[in-house]
Amino acid sequence: MSTDLLTIADRTFRSRLIVGTGKYPSHPVMAEAHRASGADMVTVAVRRVNLSDRSAESLLNHIDQSKIFILPNTAGCYTAEDAIRTARLAREVGLSNWVKLEVIGDERTLFPDNIALLEATRVLVREGFVVLPYTNDDPVICRKLEEAGAAAVMPLGAPIGSGLGIQNPNNILIIREQARVPVIVDAGVGTASDAAIAMELGADGVLMNTAIALAGNPVAMATAMKLAVEAGRLAYGAGRIARRSHASASSPTDGTIAALAGSVRRV
Amino acid sequence: MRYPVTIRVNGAPLELVGPVTISGLLAGLTIDSRLVAVEHNLLVVKRDKYESVVVNEGDEIEIVNFVGGG
Repeated sequence: MSTDLLTIADRTFRSRLIVGTGKYPSHPVMAEAHRASGADMVTVAVRRVNLSDRSAESLLNHIDQSKIFILPNTAGCYTAEDAIRTARLAREVGLSNWVKLEVIGDERTLFPDNIALLEATRVLVREGFVVLPYTNDDPVICRKLEEAGAAAVMPLGAPIGSGLGIQNPNNILIIREQARVPVIVDAGVGTASDAAIAMELGADGVLMNTAIALAGNPVAMATAMKLAVEAGRLAYGAGRIARRSHASASSPTDGTIAALAGSVRRV
Repeated sequence: MRYPVTIRVNGAPLELVGPVTISGLLAGLTIDSRLVAVEHNLLVVKRDKYESVVVNEGDEIEIVNFVGGG
C-alpha cells in the first residue's frame, strides 16, 4: 500500500484514513490512537480561548506535526458567514490554508445546509482556501461543490457520531463515479466493516472521529480502522466478483465419489 | 494619556485601561499569541498588526484556538 497515495490539492498523504481529535478520554490516548491509525491528517475545531481558565494544555502539544497535517473544521457553524469567519481565523493560526468546511442546517441530525455550504465554498475558494466540504450524500450537491472549486467532496455516510454505517451506498457509488476530485466519506462510521465498505465503494478516503474516540479501546479501534481502510481499498482495486442470486460451486462438480463413473474400463 | 475602555472579548465584557493594542490585550490575558487567532470587529487581525491595532470602546474581539474536534 506504500505507493497508493491520496492526493488532495497540492498535498499527498500516505494514509487514506483521516481521524479527529475530539471526545478522547485523554490527550495521551488520542496521541496513541493517532499513531495506531497511521493517519497523517487529523481534524481540529476552532473555539474561543477559555479566558477564565488558562490551565488547559494545548491540543497541539499532543499532535506530532512532523508527521500529521492539521485540518481545521468549521464545526458548530450554522451560517455561511460564521463558517467563513471561522475558516479565516483558522488560517490565521498559521498552519495552512486548508479547511474542512461545515455549515450545519439542523441541530438534531447535524445534516449540512447545502445552500449555505455552497455559498461558503465559493467565497473561501475565491480567498485561496483549499476547501473540503462536509456534505450530504447527494450527487447533485457534490457536483456543484466540485464546480465551485472544492478540493474534495466529503459526503456523510450517516449522521455525525451516529455509528450507523454507510446508509446510502448507491449514492456514494454515484458520487465516486462522477467526481473528478477525491471523495472522502465523512461521518457515520461505527466500526471497522463500515470503513471497509466505504473504501470498497471506491471512496478515496474515510474521515472519522467518534468511532475511534469513544470506542471501548480507542487505540485498538484505531488499528482496526487502519486495517479496514487498507483492506477496503485493496478489495476495491482488486475488483470484486459480480453478485448473483444462486450458487456457483467453488469445487469441481465432477469426480465426486457418488457419481456414476461411466463405461467399463479394462486394465 | 490613560483612559478607561470597555470591550467585549469572546462575548464577555472586559474593562481595560487604554490605549491597548492587540498585543497588549493578549499579554494582559496571559495568552501565547503563537497559538491563537484574533478577530477584531468581525475582521481577522494579521499577526504583524498585533502591535499596531488599538482596541476602542465597544469593540468586539474574538480570540480562538484549536481544540479537539472531528
